[in-house]
Amino acid sequence: MGSSLASFQHGVHPLEHKAPTRELAVQRMRFVERYVMPLSQHLGAPSTPVVEEGQAVQRGQLIAAPGGFVSTSLHSPVQGRVSSIGPQRLPSGAMGPAIVVVADSFDAQRLPPVPAAPGEPSLDALVDGVRGAGIVGLGGAAFPTQVKYQVPDGRRIHTLVINGAECEPWLTCDHRTMLERPRAVVRGIAIVAAAMGVDGVIVGVEANKLDAVAALDAAVRSVGGDGPPIQVRPCKVKYPQGAEKMLIEALTGVQVPGGKLPLHVGMVVNNVGTMAAVDDWFRKGQPLIERVVTVSGPGVAQPANLMVPIGTPVRALLEASGGVDPEAALVIMGGPMMGQPLPSIDVPVVKGTSGVLVFRESDLAPLEEHACIRCGRCLEACACLLNPSVLGRLARKERWQDMVDHHLLDCMECGACSFTCPSRIPLVQQFRVAKAQLRRIAALEKQRGGA
Amino acid sequence: MSVRDARLVLRSSPHDRGAADTPGIMRDVLLALVPITIAAVFYFGVAAVLVIGGAIAGCVATEAFFAPRGRLFASLTDGSALLTGLLLGLTLPPCFPVWMAFIGGMAAVGMGKVVWGGLGHNLFNPALVGRAFLQAAFPTAITTWSPQGSRELAIYASNLAVPFMKAPVDAVTTATPLGLMKFQGLDTPLWNLVIGDTPGSLGETSALLILLGGLYLLRKRAFDWRIPVGILLTVAVFAGIVWAVGPEGTPNPLFMLSSGGLMLGAIFMATDPVTSPMAPMGTWIYAAGIGVLVVLIRLWGGLPEGVMYAVLLMNAATPLINRGFRPTPFGRGKKAKEDAP
Repeated sequence: MGSSLASFQHGVHPLEHKAPTRELAVQRMRFVERYVMPLSQHLGAPSTPVVEEGQAVQRGQLIAAPGGFVSTSLHSPVQGRVSSIGPQRLPSGAMGPAIVVVADSFDAQRLPPVPAAPGEPSLDALVDGVRGAGIVGLGGAAFPTQVKYQVPDGRRIHTLVINGAECEPWLTCDHRTMLERPRAVVRGIAIVAAAMGVDGVIVGVEANKLDAVAALDAAVRSVGGDGPPIQVRPCKVKYPQGAEKMLIEALTGVQVPGGKLPLHVGMVVNNVGTMAAVDDWFRKGQPLIERVVTVSGPGVAQPANLMVPIGTPVRALLEASGGVDPEAALVIMGGPMMGQPLPSIDVPVVKGTSGVLVFRESDLAPLEEHACIRCGRCLEACACLLNPSVLGRLARKERWQDMVDHHLLDCMECGACSFTCPSRIPLVQQFRVAKAQLRRIAALEKQRGGA
Repeated sequence: MSVRDARLVLRSSPHDRGAADTPGIMRDVLLALVPITIAAVFYFGVAAVLVIGGAIAGCVATEAFFAPRGRLFASLTDGSALLTGLLLGLTLPPCFPVWMAFIGGMAAVGMGKVVWGGLGHNLFNPALVGRAFLQAAFPTAITTWSPQGSRELAIYASNLAVPFMKAPVDAVTTATPLGLMKFQGLDTPLWNLVIGDTPGSLGETSALLILLGGLYLLRKRAFDWRIPVGILLTVAVFAGIVWAVGPEGTPNPLFMLSSGGLMLGAIFMATDPVTSPMAPMGTWIYAAGIGVLVVLIRLWGGLPEGVMYAVLLMNAATPLINRGFRPTPFGRGKKAKEDAP
C-alpha cells in the first residue's frame, strides 16, 4: 500500500468481506405491521413520550421529546396508531420502555409536507433542528448529534471531520450512501460547516471505496457554494480507521489528548450518514425515521443494503433478505468487530443499527483459550498504544486499580487486541468487566460517602 | 423464518478473529527445526536420535507428570514440551549420555517452566535452563566433543552409559571450532562452519540450515525478527571492531557469526516470546545485550562459548526492560496538544 495514504499507528487487518453487498443499491424495505421505538436508543437520557396509547400518529410525527441535554427526539416511522407504551425486548437483551406503533394497512405512508427552513440555518437553528429531528450519530454509537455542536464557551471548532471510513468488515451502508446520495451528504456537510463557522472540512474514506471518494468529489464541485472548503481524502484500509481519534490523527496529524474530546483540539467528527440525515431534515423536513442497514453474512440467502424504517423487527429484515441458513447460530447487530450479538431476532432496528450479520456455527472462530506467550502482537494491534497483555494479566488477578495506572480508561474497546491474540484470550471483554467493576466500586464509595 | 431464538449464541465482540494461533506458532517453530534435526542425524548418526529423543522424553514426561487434572491432553498437544525437548537436545554434544539428556529434559520443564506457573509465566528459556543444569551437573560430559561420522553405527559408547556410573571414556575426542580458537588459536574454514561440517553440539553446526529455519519463521511471522537481526548485527559490529583493532589471532567477525551456538541461540532461543521483551524498543535493547555478552564471554571469558549465559542473563533483564519501555498511550505523549481554550 502507498505510504501516502492517511493513517494512524498500529491497528489490525481483518478480512473485508464487503464484496457481497458493495455493488448492491439500497432497496427500500416494505412496511410491516408493527414498529417498536425504544425510548433509549441513543446515548444519554431516554426520550419522554408525548403521545398516549391509542392515539393516531402521522408518519414522521414527534412521539417522544428529548429527556435531557444529552438526549434526542423520536418520531413515528409510519402512519398508524400507538398500540402500547411499555417494556419491550431491546437489542441488548434487556427489557426497556418503548412506544409501539401499529401501521395503518393499505396506507401510502407518505410524509406530510413540512415546510423546509429557508436559507442556511444559524447555529441555534442547527442545534434546535438536529435535536428536533432526532438525529444521532449513525456510525453506530448513536450519540445525539446536536450536543457536538454546542461547544463550551471559549472553545472554537475550526475543522469539521466527516467519517466515511466504514472500517468494520461486511458493512457497506456508508459506502452506498456516499455513492447514491453524495449530494445529500455534501449539502448536509455544507449546512453544518456554515452554521458552525469552521475553516474547513475533511472527509476521510478508506481506500477500498475510491468510487465513493470520486462521487463525493464530484458532488463537492456540483453543489459548490461559498462555504468552507471541503476536502475528500482516502485513508489506509485498517481497523479501527473509523474510530474518532484515529481518523483525526490520520487526516490532520493531530492527536487528541487522553481523556479529552475532539472539541479540545477544535474539531467535531460526524458520520457521512448523519450528514445525509441533516440534509433530509433541513431540505425535505424529514426527521430521522429510517436508515440504511447492511444485511449480510454467510448465513443470509440474499445479502442486501436496505432502507429500513427505525423500529422494524430484525426478523423482517432477514425475511426481506431471502431468509437465513438453518444452521444460523449468531446474529450480530453492527459489525463483527464491535457489534452486539442479538439474543433474539424479535428486537427492533434502532438508530445506531448499521448492519445485521448472520453467521453459521461453522463460521464462528474457535475460542479455545491458551496461555499468554507474551508474543506482543496485542501491543502492535492496540491503536490506543496500550499494553493489552499486561492489562489482561492484571484483570485475571482482579487488580482493577493497577489497570487504571496502566491506562485502562484510555481503551476504547475496539477489540483489535482480542482479534489478534493467538491464544484467543478475551482481552477486550476483560477490560469491559474491569471498567464495570470500577464503576461499581465508585458507586459504592459515593454511597458510603453520602451516608 | 427458520431462526429459532434458543439456538442463537451470545458471545462478546470481536466476533472475527485473526489467523495466528498459539499451537500454530509452536508447530511453525517445530517445522523450522526439522532440517536442522535431519542434518544432526546426517552428521552424527543414530547418536543424534538417541540424545534428542532422551531430551524430548524427559520434557514430555515431566510435562505430563505436572499437568493439572483434566488438562493432560491440552498440555501435551500445545507442543511446548516437545519444542523444549527438541531445542535442548540440539544444544547437547553427540556423545552425550542419553540418561543425562533425559534428566536435562526434566530440569528444563520442571525448573524452567512448571515451578514458575507453567507456559507463559517462566522467566528463563526452559531449554537453556535444562542445558545450564546439565552444564553444572555434568561439566565433563557436556564439553566432550566427538568427530562426525567416526563410528560405523554412529553410536558412541558414552551414549549408552549406565545412569550414575562413571561414563566410559571415548577413545576419540576432538574440539569445537570455538574451543580450537580459544585454547589453541586455530582457525576453522568458514565453509565448514556454514554447512555444518564441524564438531559441536547436534544442532549448532550448520549456520546455513539455521538461517533457513529463521527465514521460514519470518515468512510465517512466527517470531520477532528484530531479535536475531539485533543480536547478529551487534556481534558483527562489536566483534568487527575488536578484530580491527585487536592483536593478531583475534577471530574475525564472520567466524564469530557462524560458529558455536550463536545462530541457533539468536534464531530459536532468544526469540522465545515468553522470555523476551514485548515492546519493539525493548526488543532492540535485549538483542543488543545478548550480542555484547556473547562477544565478551567468547573473547575475554573463561568459556569458549557464551550464547547460553548471554541469553539467560538477558532473559533475567526482560521484566526490567518491559518496565522501562512501557508504551506511551495514545494522546498521552508529546504529540498530543490541546487547543488553548
